[in-house]
Amino acid sequence: MASFSSPSPASSVDDTGLVVHASEIHKSFASQEVLKGVSLDVVRGEVVVLIGPSGSGKTTFLRCINHFEVPNSGVMQVNGHLIGTKLDRQGKRVEASAREVATQRAEIGFVFQHFNLFPNRTALENVMLGPIKVQKMPKEKARTVAIDQLTKVGLANKIDRYPAQLSGGQKQRVAIARSLAMNPALMLFDEPTSALDPEVIGEVLSVIRDLANEGMTMVIVSHEIGFAREVADRVAMFDDGQIVEIGTPQQVFDNPTQARTKAFLSKVL
Amino acid sequence: MLISTFQFNTTFFWHELLRPSSAFLGGLWRTVYISVIAQLLAVIVGLVVALARRSTLRILRGVAGAYVWVLRGTPLLVQLVIIYDGLAATDIYRFQDVTVLGVTVLASVQAAILTLALNESAYMSEIIRAGLAAVDAGQHEAALSIGMTPAQAMRYVVVPQALRFVIPPLGNDFNAMMKSTSVLSVIGVPELFFITQEISSSTFHTFEIFMDAALYYLALTTIWAFIQTWLEARIDRSWGIERAQRSWWASLRERFQDPKTLAIGRR
Ligand SMILES: Nc1ncnc2c1ncn2[C@@H]1O[C@H](COP(=O)(O)OP(=O)(O)O)[C@@H](O)[C@H]1O
Ligand SMILES: [Mg+2]
Repeated sequence: MASFSSPSPASSVDDTGLVVHASEIHKSFASQEVLKGVSLDVVRGEVVVLIGPSGSGKTTFLRCINHFEVPNSGVMQVNGHLIGTKLDRQGKRVEASAREVATQRAEIGFVFQHFNLFPNRTALENVMLGPIKVQKMPKEKARTVAIDQLTKVGLANKIDRYPAQLSGGQKQRVAIARSLAMNPALMLFDEPTSALDPEVIGEVLSVIRDLANEGMTMVIVSHEIGFAREVADRVAMFDDGQIVEIGTPQQVFDNPTQARTKAFLSKVL
Repeated sequence: MLISTFQFNTTFFWHELLRPSSAFLGGLWRTVYISVIAQLLAVIVGLVVALARRSTLRILRGVAGAYVWVLRGTPLLVQLVIIYDGLAATDIYRFQDVTVLGVTVLASVQAAILTLALNESAYMSEIIRAGLAAVDAGQHEAALSIGMTPAQAMRYVVVPQALRFVIPPLGNDFNAMMKSTSVLSVIGVPELFFITQEISSSTFHTFEIFMDAALYYLALTTIWAFIQTWLEARIDRSWGIERAQRSWWASLRERFQDPKTLAIGRR
């Protein structure tokens, strides 16, 4: 693992190779502390799978990475930016504007458990929207990009379908294509297959596996242990707002050291 | 002994129905365009008020809330008289006839459009607010996740989807709007009701001419019902949702029979 030096003062890309540097992230909702000091570094090209019981804070942590949730304390650096902040003219760190946060977020793909496709737009329009409105790409170019991405996820023949006319697995693949069209440096997946029928889980996992093989940096919340074993460089076990164990899939799945990991695995395996 | 004194001048009734006088048609036309313009303005103002009510600024939320509270809590008729006669009586503002591009818009018509638009904007803001709330929160986040600002997410993702929830109640309000133009006669707007009253008092064919007027109002609301049905089906289609094929007649009958889809006595 590359070691982390203090955040680079400019908001240029960090040369440590770290795509995510999370340090001592604390997050509370009302009086409930959901994240109790989570630290995680993800290097470029790495795939980290987050496992752990429901309510342990996996989703909240993932949402802190792209600033959907704002940590109460801790450092969250993504693609070299301290997310949600910027340096003002005096070099003081201040809260970033909505537009600046959006720019930071454009480099982070987020795939939701329930797809969240735009139901009033076709598959193609779903994928084109980001490039057109955010990257200000000309329509024709965006169309080419979108068709490429949809082809990549195996939906070249479904580009004119509306979400209502697609199966769950197809919807999730469109959602992945929608994120990829923004050419992200990092992809976050929050239980991408847990809302799917068993027979279509495979087609979504295979798309994610292809991404891993291409070297995409990813943080994936998943309970698909077989899949995690295959694609993960590291697996992090969450429990009660903390990472209680982290290591290679072999270490975590085959030789867990923590009782809580053993207990969790005995339930999902 | 009961002698029927029912005297219905059939000739007059049919003549005014089929070959209405130009005064009558002028009234009908004013009813239509006042309603349409007021409704369009109400949608725009209503959207602004709805967004203000979702603002993070407390002051903005408060002002917007008070706006809706006052306009929904007072009668249209009272608002109308305050804006047209009240403002003039206190020399705050006196509406004047204006001529733009050779078309003269009467002072009373300006006041009417303004009042109807303001009044309806309060209802529209509630409708739009409900429509925005009906759009799944995940849609906003999905838009943010591809790098949109909250404003872009609202404009390109949330508002277009809210339309689907807004059109049905908006349509019912527009139906009510066309009928409520009849109160404009109190400030002398020469719309359909006002003209009908004039014809009635000059010909004494009160029953006949008001039956004609009623049929014209009915025609307006019925035509609108067709347009609304078409619009709703179109929006559904733009979401890839095919409605079960139904005849126009069936969907129209349904619209007028379902009490929920009619704004009854709201104003
Ligand atoms: N927006 C929120 N408001 C209040 N509580 C929340 C919110 N989001 C998550 N929580 C709570 O935080 C805890 C962790 O949730 P989550 O991060 O979704 O866990 P996981 O994804 O591991 O199941 C849960 O107890 C959940 O109820
Ligand atoms: Mg979760």
